[in-house]
Amino acid sequence: MSQETPLLELRGIRASYDRIEALFGVDLVVNQGSVVALLGPNGAGKTTLLKVACGLMAPSAGDVLYAGKRVNGTRPEELARRGISMVPEGRGIFPNLSVRENLKMMTYTGVSLSQVEEIAFERFPRLAERSRQLAGTMSGGEQQMLAMARGLATNPAVLILDELSMGLAPIIVEELYEIVAQVARSGVSILVVEQFASSVLGVADRAAIMVHGHIVRDGTPQELESELSNAYLGNQPERSGGNK
Amino acid sequence: MDKFLTFTIVGLSTGAIYAIIASGLVLTYTTTGIFNFAQGAIGMLCAFAFWQMYIAWEWPLWLALLLSLLVLAPLIGAFIDTAIMRGLEDTTEVTRLVVSIGLLVGLIGLANWIWKPGISRNVSPFFSGHYFSLADTRITGQQLITIAVAIVVALVLWLFLKFTRTGVAMRAVVDDRALASLNGARPNRVSMLAWAMGCTLAGIGGILIAPNVALDAGTLSLLIVNAYAAAIIGRLRSLPLTFLGALILGCTEAYLSGYLNSTPNLAGLRLAAPAILLFIVLLVIPTSRLRGRRQSREFFPMPSWSGTFIFAAAVIFAGVVLATTLSNGDAVTYAKIFSVGILALSLVPLVGFAGQISLATLSFAGIGALVFAHLGAGGNPLALVLAFVIPAAVGALVALPALRLSGIYLALGTAAFAVALDRWIFNLADFDIGPLHISLFQLGSTEVAPLNIFGYSFNTPARQMILVSVAFALISICVVAVRKSAYGRRLLAMKSSEAACATLGLNLVGTKLSVFALSAGISGVGGAILGTQLRSISPQNFDFVSGLPVLLLTVVGGIGAVGGALFAGVSLMGLLPLISLLGVFFAKVAGLLPGIAGVGLGRNPNGTVHDMRDGFESIARYRPAIIWLAIVIPAVWILRLAGIYGNAVFFPLLVLSPVAAVTFATLKIGGLEQTPTVDEIPLEWKGFIEPWKSSDVIELDMALGMNEVTLHVSP
Repeated sequence: MSQETPLLELRGIRASYDRIEALFGVDLVVNQGSVVALLGPNGAGKTTLLKVACGLMAPSAGDVLYAGKRVNGTRPEELARRGISMVPEGRGIFPNLSVRENLKMMTYTGVSLSQVEEIAFERFPRLAERSRQLAGTMSGGEQQMLAMARGLATNPAVLILDELSMGLAPIIVEELYEIVAQVARSGVSILVVEQFASSVLGVADRAAIMVHGHIVRDGTPQELESELSNAYLGNQPERSGGNK
Repeated sequence: MDKFLTFTIVGLSTGAIYAIIASGLVLTYTTTGIFNFAQGAIGMLCAFAFWQMYIAWEWPLWLALLLSLLVLAPLIGAFIDTAIMRGLEDTTEVTRLVVSIGLLVGLIGLANWIWKPGISRNVSPFFSGHYFSLADTRITGQQLITIAVAIVVALVLWLFLKFTRTGVAMRAVVDDRALASLNGARPNRVSMLAWAMGCTLAGIGGILIAPNVALDAGTLSLLIVNAYAAAIIGRLRSLPLTFLGALILGCTEAYLSGYLNSTPNLAGLRLAAPAILLFIVLLVIPTSRLRGRRQSREFFPMPSWSGTFIFAAAVIFAGVVLATTLSNGDAVTYAKIFSVGILALSLVPLVGFAGQISLATLSFAGIGALVFAHLGAGGNPLALVLAFVIPAAVGALVALPALRLSGIYLALGTAAFAVALDRWIFNLADFDIGPLHISLFQLGSTEVAPLNIFGYSFNTPARQMILVSVAFALISICVVAVRKSAYGRRLLAMKSSEAACATLGLNLVGTKLSVFALSAGISGVGGAILGTQLRSISPQNFDFVSGLPVLLLTVVGGIGAVGGALFAGVSLMGLLPLISLLGVFFAKVAGLLPGIAGVGLGRNPNGTVHDMRDGFESIARYRPAIIWLAIVIPAVWILRLAGIYGNAVFFPLLVLSPVAAVTFATLKIGGLEQTPTVDEIPLEWKGFIEPWKSSDVIELDMALGMNEVTLHVSP
């Protein structure tokens, strides 16, 4: 199990798109070597929180701490070089670059291309077969493998995964989560966002449920499983006997 | 055979220059996603700077080269990237293109400011006096160095883009800027480097071509049209194909000028050859994939009928006021506000609604003017119908090959057409096609009769002024009617997502073709009316470069609304001539303004009129302001007609009174509208702006038409 040293810590994060507020003071801690699952319905603010965590979006209030240091306003490329690796929603790949060129883009964190290729091709032999193909022309599963390869090959301290399962066949999702579990066992801290809880709860140490820009529950996967249905149905107590 | 070899070498060295410029174009396009129309202008600026240092100040060659290529050009690139292009995220292709056109126009203005045009400036060929022999043919040192530089550029670029991480990152940044930074690449530095390299390539091309031509800002900037064709052969992606294209182009030009020089009609063909070749290439390159929905922060609100009729009435009133107060000479000058406004109106459905780009507006206007000149004997108004129909037909014909393609290719196709007309067709003598006798500008200028409706001739400047303002108002109403019709919705849908439209069964090619024809037709009518104002028209009135500011300023004004067209007319034909009157310095500033306005577009892609509209809307809501305007403006006008004061007092008063009304009304009303009341919060924002309540569930269910609403009403 995880040690109790926080590696990535979000404190009182508020964020908004112009006038529309998406996060209302969110606290979340990812401990060294642990897997945290962030669950919640559409529009809950999960992706926004991840964007704040990896520097793509500046919070309007609150602090982002990485290894104990405040990193608010640090550019995403700097955070990436310091070990925060985010695989964004909907295939984190460059469609107009070849597979090999995509892998070359993963070398900014200090690993060499041959290392990246070794790790990626060993784990996903399919990518080796397609190394000269344009990444955008591969199937969805293959593209997600390429995106995952960055999480594996760049040796990150924190791996942030946004909706890994989106648009993929269940069997591929299962495969990908098997890999997530292996990465976690190697000591990488992982923050993973999912709409569909079942795939991710099996690998998570802790989980948090987010609704309307707040974290409403936080605990072990077992504690939370029963709460999930409420969260997805809008968290309206009087609705439980309603139409759904 | 000797001749052939000589022409080939001339062709290869010209082609080498095109190749260098075109490779810069491909580099910036693949690495920043922006097709840089100003590529040639940047090369031009470097060539002028080189001339200044090397020839005028007699600095050593190496220093002049170093400063112009490794200091000035990269600085221009870095400036373009940081000051201009960074603001263009989430803008449409039209806006990006117009910004680079703004840069082109601005750089020509800048060069003409620093280096007075009309003075002969020459750069002697490099290594002049050195020759090499190849099978009885002499190759000059200049030719050899040009070809050698092109080969080096090709190799270095290829190696850089293919094998270095920075090269890969340049392309990655275009694909997904955010993802590139998540990988640890520094997108800002990468794109700045791409611009710096693109500008340096432009500079190399500009300096190499300088000895072959007289230094002229316009000519040098438009060499880019030749380079376009090469870049298109490379489909804006492939550097090897771009180089091949450039060589084909250079050789074609050399052979044409070598073998075809005899007759004047064919000499024009040589100048137009790159444009024609570009057009042929557009015919054969594969169809581009349909675009899906793209994020954009450009929105144009639906016009209202009441607003449109008030706008039209105000335009006609303005026409009457100008007609009754201006001297004859001034009336001739400022009536062009409305005729150029009509040309700008032609762009609103095409560019604003349908999202297609045309750079040939003024060419279609030229065709309209010619039709009216030759067929509208005595000012017959029926010829106006032909001035619509014939350009519309030509427009459809021009657009047909390019329509399979979209965006930038269509823009280039129309540019090629405009340049071919400019350099060749418009300068032809009368000719016959079968029984058809085609008469153009008759190698000089052609007379146009003033419009004559039922014996009433619009032959005085004042009558002209009223006529064009009424025409502008009527066409504005028609354009709004198009926007509000089912056809208009189809155009907007096509602009938003071609892929979605195709899956809904919309005929994309038919829709594009029709809107292109409509736009060309409106341009034709505008051109005919402009012709009746000019009385005598020549090809120079309708050349490619003069047409660019019309598009530029319409987009700056707001391409999605008729107000944007009026903005273009007023600023081009009203404000700029007025500013030029202030003195030589201001005339130079006026030359730069359209460019600066275009370049600043990224800050406000919805257009200036959009902001002005807010001001006028506050008048509409504040009754005292309306009453004030209704009294003051006529009063000011009547006092002027009575001769109480002259135009120097009248026009400032006329402009100030609505400004005062807007300011006052905004102050009065503005404070009330800061925060929306609870009722105004759109349903989909609930839960974000304020906490989610159980009553919201009921409201949501009702909005979605769900029938179990009663279930939620707890007892």
